[in-house]
Amino acid sequence: MLTDWQFIGIFLVLSPVFPLAPVVINRLLGPQKPNPLKNQTYECGIETVGDTWIQFKVQYYIYALVFVVFDVESVFLFPIAAAYDQLTLFAAFEVVVFVLILVVGLGYAWSKGALEWT
Amino acid sequence: MSFNLIDFLRSLVQLTVFDYLRAVWADSMAPWLIEAILDIAGILIVSTFLLLIVIFLIWLERKIIARIQDRIGPNRVGGRFGLLQTVADVIKLLVKEQITPAGADFLAYNLAPLLTVMTSLLLWAVIPFADGIIGVDLNIGVFYILSISSASVVTILLAGWGSNNKYALLGAFRSVAQLVSYEIPMVLSLIVPILLAHTMTLQGLVLAQIVPYLLVVPLSAIIFFISALAETGRTPFDLLEAESEIVAGFHIEYSGMKFGMFFLAEFISTLFMSALFATIYLGGWRFFGLESLETWGRPIGFIAFFVKMFAVYFVFVWIRGTLPRVRIDQMMDLNWKFLVPLSLVLVLVVAIVEKLSFVTNSGPYLHAAIHLVLNLAVGLGALEILRWRGRRERTAYESARELEGLESDELVAEAAH
Repeated sequence: MLTDWQFIGIFLVLSPVFPLAPVVINRLLGPQKPNPLKNQTYECGIETVGDTWIQFKVQYYIYALVFVVFDVESVFLFPIAAAYDQLTLFAAFEVVVFVLILVVGLGYAWSKGALEWT
Repeated sequence: MSFNLIDFLRSLVQLTVFDYLRAVWADSMAPWLIEAILDIAGILIVSTFLLLIVIFLIWLERKIIARIQDRIGPNRVGGRFGLLQTVADVIKLLVKEQITPAGADFLAYNLAPLLTVMTSLLLWAVIPFADGIIGVDLNIGVFYILSISSASVVTILLAGWGSNNKYALLGAFRSVAQLVSYEIPMVLSLIVPILLAHTMTLQGLVLAQIVPYLLVVPLSAIIFFISALAETGRTPFDLLEAESEIVAGFHIEYSGMKFGMFFLAEFISTLFMSALFATIYLGGWRFFGLESLETWGRPIGFIAFFVKMFAVYFVFVWIRGTLPRVRIDQMMDLNWKFLVPLSLVLVLVVAIVEKLSFVTNSGPYLHAAIHLVLNLAVGLGALEILRWRGRRERTAYESARELEGLESDELVAEAAH
């Protein structure tokens, strides 16, 4: 079990090398001549007005909330699916009820207009 | 066992070189050292292969797209088929200046290209290339893939936020909304093969496929494929880099090889999605029993896996050459109002059927046929509901126009003349 994760650990330590190498080579080979005009933020030829990091659409939050519900649900569903042949009939019935509750939740979000992109 | 060059080369061809080295080194080195060396070697081989295959993939994509659009495609650099075009592009990227925009968040801006490649490489740790040729057969394999691929959402947000550019930020928000949304049908459709195979390891999923799952649960495969298209940000869901709306999305302020890293990650993860589809729905390295031959089984399985993977990849490119981009509201509606309910219903149907004793006791082929029929029934039923809704909306629209009166229509017709 631990040896399984040893591979992932080594991979995790080694993997930054592969993207880092081209970026560093690029840094060494390419020119470095920054100037204020070149470093300006790009916006179709006009100067940008105001701050970039501003408030954004609330719709993104609503999608994120619905996402969290389903994501947490999937954490429960995967182990159940993997051990499905060992479940008793009653446990399987409970799983069906669990999923149905989520279907009702999705229906509620839908009827409240949380899924409309406006 | 001592080292022998002939045996070594033979094991190289038969793809058992790691087993051979393990046996050779067994009496001279500590087991953990052998495993560590082989792990590092495997990681280097897989990662280098992926970085190099992307050069070929880009060339392939340009050629195929060109053929679909009735063009020739690259044909200047590197002979008649332009084979060295992408190599030339890489060299161009390597000697370009890296411009950092004013006001960029240093850490987020520089971390994003690294992390995005890291996540797309780490995914390959659990893909079985052939029987026994797998980085590590984690017992939570599918779960590992889902968790790593959701980490790529964070890198996009880092890139968009760190660039201090409005287009980049808008692109990042869109991408996060899209990637986060399409993760749900992907997760739910992956539950179905796990329900059938009773395991989360990818090796176990391959072994469980006496009939490829594409023919057992085609609906789950289609839902997975559509969400894979969206997860990798490819046409028709390439809103995150919609050139005509937000210029290039989250990576607009990146130049040189830092931009190249986003490109690289996109191609690696697209290839990964093809590999995952081939593993879970097309039977991975299985090839009509030939993969279990004594000596040549492994190479055959290896080739079978690659053929399947590139076949799926071709479909990805084909779709890019055929379909236009969808609008963001259409994309969100397709996900939340069609794919999510459909995959929930599919999970329920498969879960209920799997508990019926006469289904689980039937042979593998009858079992597959029952699931196939039910899948087709659910899929056709969903399409029928869509058609019914479309018809109702159309008649409502037409009757509303009739109430407005025909005068405006006649005026329009006259104006047209």
